[in-house]
Amino acid sequence: MDRARLLWRKSLNGVMLTLTGVSAFAVVSVLFLILGYLLWNGGSSLNWDFFTKLPKPVGETGGGMANAIIGSLKLLLLAALMGLPVGLLAGVYLAEFGSKTFAFVIRYTTDLLNGVPSIVIGIFAYSLVVLPVKHFSALAGGVALGMMVIPITVRSTEEFLRSVPGSLREGAMALGASKWKTIATVILPAASGGILTGMLLALARVAGETAPLLFTAFSNRFWSPGWGQPTASLPVMIYTYAIAPYDDWHRQAWAAGLVLLLLVLLANLGCRLALSRGGSARSV
Amino acid sequence: MSTTATTIARAPSQPSGGARAFVQRLRHGDEIAHLITLTFAAGILLLTSMLVYELWVNSHLSRAKFGWLFFWTRTWDPMFGDFGAAPFIYGTLITSIVSLVIAVPLGLSAAIFLAELAPRRISDSISFLIDLLAAVPSVIYGLLGIFIVVPLVRTTIGPLLINTLGHVPAIGKLFRPPNYGVGFLTAGIVLAIMVVPFIISVSREVLLTVPRDQREAALALGATRWESTWQVVVPWARTGIMGSIFLALARALGETMAVTMVIGNDPKIVASLLAPGYTIAAVIANEFTEATGDLYLSALIELGLVLFLMTFILNGLARILIVATERGGGHP
Repeated sequence: MDRARLLWRKSLNGVMLTLTGVSAFAVVSVLFLILGYLLWNGGSSLNWDFFTKLPKPVGETGGGMANAIIGSLKLLLLAALMGLPVGLLAGVYLAEFGSKTFAFVIRYTTDLLNGVPSIVIGIFAYSLVVLPVKHFSALAGGVALGMMVIPITVRSTEEFLRSVPGSLREGAMALGASKWKTIATVILPAASGGILTGMLLALARVAGETAPLLFTAFSNRFWSPGWGQPTASLPVMIYTYAIAPYDDWHRQAWAAGLVLLLLVLLANLGCRLALSRGGSARSV
Repeated sequence: MSTTATTIARAPSQPSGGARAFVQRLRHGDEIAHLITLTFAAGILLLTSMLVYELWVNSHLSRAKFGWLFFWTRTWDPMFGDFGAAPFIYGTLITSIVSLVIAVPLGLSAAIFLAELAPRRISDSISFLIDLLAAVPSVIYGLLGIFIVVPLVRTTIGPLLINTLGHVPAIGKLFRPPNYGVGFLTAGIVLAIMVVPFIISVSREVLLTVPRDQREAALALGATRWESTWQVVVPWARTGIMGSIFLALARALGETMAVTMVIGNDPKIVASLLAPGYTIAAVIANEFTEATGDLYLSALIELGLVLFLMTFILNGLARILIVATERGGGHP
């Protein structure tokens, strides 16, 4: 083997390996870029009014997004009420009762549902809830978000139930507990930490969803009483304010973006750290 | 099953056998629990079929009026009730392709670094941060797209491409003025940043499943680290890597907010990547609430159906590929 070729192979090796490292760090740096940029732009426009005041009419500066914050919380509550129970019980079915073929079908459908573009989920919630009553409502937004919560919860619940050691199950069975009793009093409590974390992650994911809310919960510049009225939400506000031509609105969009990003990232950070550390807690 | 057997066996020794057995079964709760959880699992099936049904039924008007021509017609004219999906399908495909052209090399090489080179601890913490990146809401990407990427394309990237690649014969017409900053390229860049975490995390998992002796054999034969990675490990995992790319593509096709904010919202089929365009998801997001008339709404819902089918097929393919690699290695 001649020296020139060896040299070429070695330098190719060095260059390509360096490039892989550079790409990895470039991608990670995007996260810090996003965070830094939002902190810089959003931090300066964030103030107490943002959390307590209603949006001001066009042309007046100031005001806040209190209604959008409450709106987002209401939508998440609805999504949790509708999506989490379905996800939990279907997950229990897949992990504990599922027959081979039917469980496969359910698992496949769940993955499919998880991959449906959120805007299509929005159309579905629109035709299901908005079309019959002919007006937008918080309820419709909750249905859309709840539907997105289901597949994530199903898969995480199933995974955590399966990670409960078999010895626990056998111990309960040996003491004479029925299958259901074993699940309810031994397996579910053992996996509860993981399952709850998975649920929180699912909610964190839909908290930032905008597309399915555009024509279900719509938006609202005022307080939205009850569940049957259109309601503002943080993501939709960010969208409307970002594409509007007013500087003051842009500032508010940055502030709202910062609040949303911090909420979502902190929830993710907490959950993922708890999960990676919770190996021992889970197997109690 | 065993519970049922014990109840039946015990029944004769007790008075009122039938009622007792029923109560016992209720108390054990196995059948009930099975049925309840089964109902909810089947509910997911029902919900998904309802989704398809609603899309199908509510797009009836548009399907009846335009038929297959819907896919080829280039006009989108709400005033005269003339609707064609071609510009939106084109825009959706082009933006997704641009995003993959950027994201695949970047993501694959980052995945190689994480799976092959980086020490486990560093690799794990970087993957952790990349998972966080995947959690950033798309409207935030859109916000940064409007205020960072659009000006960047307008003042720097766009002119640079026009002056360099714009003069190359074959691909020159991809980079022609006018350059407003919004358009296919900008949307593609934002999408690339959004899908790169998916390519990295799935590809890394797949690369980590490649048996260690494959690498050792290549190194023992005198291959450099890069040669062993590129000629042995990556080909072994190629099916799974393809799967990760399909997943990313499915996500890019369906992505709504970030694209809507930077695509320029102009339903035209233009060769230049710097020109403004439109995508399926973006037109639904923009026009759904303003759709006056049943035909208009029905055409938008048919676009939703098209989008659903596109992502449905891609997700299915991706899943098959990934499972195939993780089970038996990509090699025949």
